[in-house]
Amino acid sequence: MIDTKKLTVSSSPQIHSADSTAKIMWTVVLSLVPAGIWGVYIFGMSALVVILVSIIAAVAAEALLGLINKEVTVNDGSAFLTGLLVGYNMPPQVPLFIPVVASLFAIVVVKWSFGGLGANWMNPALAGRVFVFFSWTGPMTKWLLPITGGADAVTGPTPLGSLKSAYFATSLNVSGPIEYLQSEGLPVTYKDLFIGNIPGSIGEVSALLLLLGALVLVARKILTWHVPVAYIGSFAFLIWMFGGVRMGTGLFSGDVLFHILSGGLMLGALYMATDMATTPLTAKGNIIFGIGCGFLSFLIRIFGSLPEAVSLSIIVMNIFVPVIDRYTKIKRFGYGEVKEKSGE
Amino acid sequence: MSKFKTFPKGGVHPPDNISGTGNRPIRNASLPTHAVIPMSQHIGAPAECIVNVGDTIEEEQLIGKSTGYVSVPVHSSIPGKVVEIKEIYLPHGKKSQAVVIELGGEFKRMGKPQKQSDWTGLSEKEIIERISSMGLAGQGGATFPTHVKLVLPEGKKCDYLLVNAAECEPYLTSDQNMILEKAEEILEGLKILKKLLSPREIIFAIESNKPEAAGVMAAAVEKSDLDVRIDILKTKYPQGAEKNIIKSCTGKEVPSGKLPLDIGMVVLNVETVYSVYEALVFEKPLVERVVTVSGGAVKAPETFRVKIGTTYRQLLEECEGLIEEPAKVISGGPMMGFGVFDLDTPVTKGTSGILFLTKKEVKAAKQTSCISCGRCIQACPMGLNPSDINKHSLNFLFEEAQDMGLLDCVECGSCAYVCPAHIPLVQSFRMGKNQLRAIMMQKKGAK
Repeated sequence: MIDTKKLTVSSSPQIHSADSTAKIMWTVVLSLVPAGIWGVYIFGMSALVVILVSIIAAVAAEALLGLINKEVTVNDGSAFLTGLLVGYNMPPQVPLFIPVVASLFAIVVVKWSFGGLGANWMNPALAGRVFVFFSWTGPMTKWLLPITGGADAVTGPTPLGSLKSAYFATSLNVSGPIEYLQSEGLPVTYKDLFIGNIPGSIGEVSALLLLLGALVLVARKILTWHVPVAYIGSFAFLIWMFGGVRMGTGLFSGDVLFHILSGGLMLGALYMATDMATTPLTAKGNIIFGIGCGFLSFLIRIFGSLPEAVSLSIIVMNIFVPVIDRYTKIKRFGYGEVKEKSGE
Repeated sequence: MSKFKTFPKGGVHPPDNISGTGNRPIRNASLPTHAVIPMSQHIGAPAECIVNVGDTIEEEQLIGKSTGYVSVPVHSSIPGKVVEIKEIYLPHGKKSQAVVIELGGEFKRMGKPQKQSDWTGLSEKEIIERISSMGLAGQGGATFPTHVKLVLPEGKKCDYLLVNAAECEPYLTSDQNMILEKAEEILEGLKILKKLLSPREIIFAIESNKPEAAGVMAAAVEKSDLDVRIDILKTKYPQGAEKNIIKSCTGKEVPSGKLPLDIGMVVLNVETVYSVYEALVFEKPLVERVVTVSGGAVKAPETFRVKIGTTYRQLLEECEGLIEEPAKVISGGPMMGFGVFDLDTPVTKGTSGILFLTKKEVKAAKQTSCISCGRCIQACPMGLNPSDINKHSLNFLFEEAQDMGLLDCVECGSCAYVCPAHIPLVQSFRMGKNQLRAIMMQKKGAK
């Protein structure tokens, strides 16, 4: 018979969907693994070391702060995920102190000084990445060429990085980025961009695997379409309209596919701009947020001097989240079409 | 797109778990040797006990009389002797006086041929009086006195009479099994209500996961001369919440702070309609009801017809006991029901189910920080922002929380059900509402 003293008596609801923060975090981690394996495959073991060092630094910082605050939060997977994303945003041969600093900045400054999980107002991994980018720009912009096949590591510019120099050339006679890179002796195809056979940050290169991972998250209802579609859609539209201007080919001639598949756009739009804590709460808000990211990414990429478009766009938009949340009201039940305040 | 009707925003999809007890005959539970009958089984003023220890009681005798307009009388479910009058805890945590009756003597109705009385000659006032004197209260769980719902305010007309058979709470199959057996009686009850309210249209609303019951009802309507529109609703919690079912069936929204009656709607639970039938046709007070006893910890789940005052303990024994230690015992459904800590709690007019849930079913976990995922907003059927209201409520900003719609919350639990951080949102809203009421009282007093 029942020992009634052991019964739980709590407020309704008495059952739960069984979802948890930890489950969400670890699922996101798993969905990112293929893209990381690809990075290690094409850039070599140094990439793996960078990823591991980033994770260890982030998790250690989280554990230590948890100990100080008497709050065990390491198991929830969020610090692991932050560390993983920091690693994915690093060049494959970066000196190891850089990812350590980035992870520590992410966890200690951006996340915990505002109250830990859920209370940070800027994406920790991106803030960490931007911090070390501006502190050590040299090593943060030194890229490895893919070394599949075991060839010696050779450095070179990313497709996007070298494209930047085209914008400052006095005369150009090319139809678009692909042809320009060809003329510069850095041939790259759309297929290379799509599967990730290009220099770049460890986890950002394979658009294909990032998309597959994101599809898993959509199926598991962890990711909704709003931010990625609004971000990539608005970005693509603006690139199509104005992307050709700097190449000298005029309006409506931008190479959308090249720009979507290069740089950190996929990783950013699918994984960084969709961090729950630093994005708006409502679907409408997320669409506005995504369009803002798309607009800023376009602006910095085409008219700015830095290739660092995605990270900056997202953390700038993070700052706007409270404002977006404030002005995207949900339609409440029982208030008709006209919005009115209760109590009048 | 689903072909079924539904409300547009919010709602969740917990597994319905109705296959164990659904579509099966309702079993008569054995008589309680001691019936524990609380004086407070409805929303409003408790009934006043009019019997004393030692009194001999007849079946269906009045033992508690109504103490106001929003109050209903209480009748004895069994014949016998009053052995004790004591204070007990009801599932919602409040205390109530209860009369304990020891079974004895003869039943005047049970097991005897029943004589029908003709209600068609009764005036509207007499019908209301009968419903009130037979102790009817809403049997969906909220137990609002039925007669209060049926009196139209001056100048108001009833556009729709809506029979709520959605039974959107998981596990519960009382309504669905009752429809299978009593469709014609329910229609007779509707005829009575039609005479009383003269609605423009009668709607019978049921969720799509109970096609058998919907089919039986449709067949009964076909044969009857009563015009009833049957609406099949999308299976989605909280489809049976009053404001949501009105929206699903008619597209109308009950304005914030108003009652369904204000927009010409009367919504009654299907079992209440059956009780109206029994009250008018047999002059039978509300002394028994249908109860689903289910949950993963129960050996043989079953839907019972139970005398009010029967204890949970006895019903569990009739289900051959437990196969596993339950983590929670619930009075009502799992989404809005109450956690019970005493198996000697009696079945009352509002007890739609008794659930013995295992740890695996409850899926409790430690609370973590809000990660602003926004799932509570997606889930809220009232278009609220539960995360924000919770944060304000916990910081004692109750009036700000009110501006955000705290009082529109129907406590359906959809937000807390989906919250990955396991934040007890509904608990926070209940606390906030209580504090808000206290603040309003204070303000009133100051004026």
